[in-house]
Amino acid sequence: MAPLEHPGLEAMTEATAPACVEIERLGRHYGLPAKPIVALQDVSLTVREGEFLSLLGPSGCGKSTLLRCIAGLDKPTTGAVRVRGKPLSGPPAGIGMVFQRDVLLDWRTILDNVLISAEFQGRGRKENIGRARALLERFGLGGFADRRPWELSGGMRQRAAICRALLCDPDLLLMDEPFGALDAMTRDDLNVELSRLVQLGGRTVIFVTHSIAEAVYLSDRVAVMSRSPGRVAEVFEIDLPRPRPLSIRETPEFGRHVGQIRSLFSRLGLVREE
Amino acid sequence: MEDALRRTGGLLSTLAVLVGLLVLWEAAVWLFQPPPILLPAPSRILTDFLDTPAYFLRQAGFTLWTTLAGFGLSVALGVALAVLVVSSRWADRIVMTVLVMLNSLPKVALAPLFVIWMGTGAEPKITIALMLAIFAIVADVVLGLRSVDPDALAMARVNHASPLSILLKIRFPNALPALFVGMKVAVSFALVGAIVGEFVGGSAGLGFVILTAQGQFDTPRVFVALVILGVMGTLLFYFVDMLERLLLPWHVSQRGQAGGH
Ligand SMILES: Nc1ncnc2c1ncn2[C@@H]1O[C@H](COP(=O)(O)OP(=O)(O)O)[C@@H](O)[C@H]1O
Ligand SMILES: [Mg+2]
Repeated sequence: MAPLEHPGLEAMTEATAPACVEIERLGRHYGLPAKPIVALQDVSLTVREGEFLSLLGPSGCGKSTLLRCIAGLDKPTTGAVRVRGKPLSGPPAGIGMVFQRDVLLDWRTILDNVLISAEFQGRGRKENIGRARALLERFGLGGFADRRPWELSGGMRQRAAICRALLCDPDLLLMDEPFGALDAMTRDDLNVELSRLVQLGGRTVIFVTHSIAEAVYLSDRVAVMSRSPGRVAEVFEIDLPRPRPLSIRETPEFGRHVGQIRSLFSRLGLVREE
Repeated sequence: MEDALRRTGGLLSTLAVLVGLLVLWEAAVWLFQPPPILLPAPSRILTDFLDTPAYFLRQAGFTLWTTLAGFGLSVALGVALAVLVVSSRWADRIVMTVLVMLNSLPKVALAPLFVIWMGTGAEPKITIALMLAIFAIVADVVLGLRSVDPDALAMARVNHASPLSILLKIRFPNALPALFVGMKVAVSFALVGAIVGEFVGGSAGLGFVILTAQGQFDTPRVFVALVILGVMGTLLFYFVDMLERLLLPWHVSQRGQAGGH
């Protein structure tokens, strides 16, 4: 996969791009109304078209809940989510989702696992086989199309899950700690691959993680969330140039971003060694 | 490969134990000389079978057919009921209540009723076999259909999957291993049901053979029928087991040493 340059994208600042996802005073309570568990409270956030935004925070701060509300899988108790101006009633069109566990189906080959998103969307299996193979090729799984999920390593399985999410060319990609279960090296690999994918442009990504370095490396903006109740504490702009080689993590600029976020974490009492 | 070796090894040791027990039994009868009406020797059971093998095999054939018919119906009907149960709360309440009620009734007590309703042919036997077998199928398949990874369902919903395609592409394949667990229990229950049916009325089947032989105090014949029943039950179980290996090569329990991370 060759890193393509998109000079036009670079020039387009976040402020001028139209809103893709608008979250307005969103609240989500669980449990009885009399004694609610407040998973999210008063979250407002706008994600621009083409932007890579990370939701960063310790576990239990409501990242998954927020992502599920954006995906139309969960209903907010209060407030609203709009995707491209439309209030949600169920999952919006043109989204792809990747979970922490790959949820590949054991009874399907890797190729058929990728194709299931097209089958579900009624786009036809046959029409998408070529595209599915090309995607697998691009993610280094060309030789594994006919294997079963259990024959692949964790990293390869998660790559297949990403292919499945990308098959129908979603313009909004939602990822819930997709690399959280992988070892550090595989995680680095996948970070680089995802970063290249984003580089190609045209896709809005909302990425959930609890790793500061991962969020800074991948994102245009990082929304730091705090716990009990879950809310967005602060949003950081990450103005590091793209393409970003892994070595960018050794630069002082990168360190400055990480340091800023970490100091917010300690101010919030959420310090976490990464 | 290793798996196949292990399985043949298991089969060999089972056979060895079986032969050992038979030799012990034969020796005990030879030593203590109990009257054959109490305990016939294995050799006596064999010669009795060999006197009229066609007769015994015909009766066994009848029992096998009613068992398989009851079992087959229980799988078809059980899967359909399970799908119904998971697709609507009302169906769940109604079907499960009826099934639990039926299941808590001793089927032996119901058998005479089926003879009154259906006569003394194969039908009441098949029905009783079905009734005994179906509960295991429904219970296990419902569990299998329900115990789907919530993230897999979320993945399907994000792709706007229809409820039917979720059923066919996620829930049903996910329930197949549970279906086979249910089938292994159900096939033995179906055999019990067929025999119970034959006890209550009719003029064919191994149950009928046992009943008439008992009336004549012909214990060796009872044993012939019992041995055939034992062999049949075992073969039926392994038949389902083989079917599972054939149809679910992807399932964890079938993978043996292959793959893994
Ligand atoms: N279905 C649920 N029922 C009750 N509480 C829930 C449910 N889902 C999440 N929560 C609660 O909401 C809070 C946020 O959860 P979650 O969004 O999963 O956090 P994160 O993804 O950041 O770890 C947690 O305190 C969790 O216990
Ligand atoms: Mg989470």
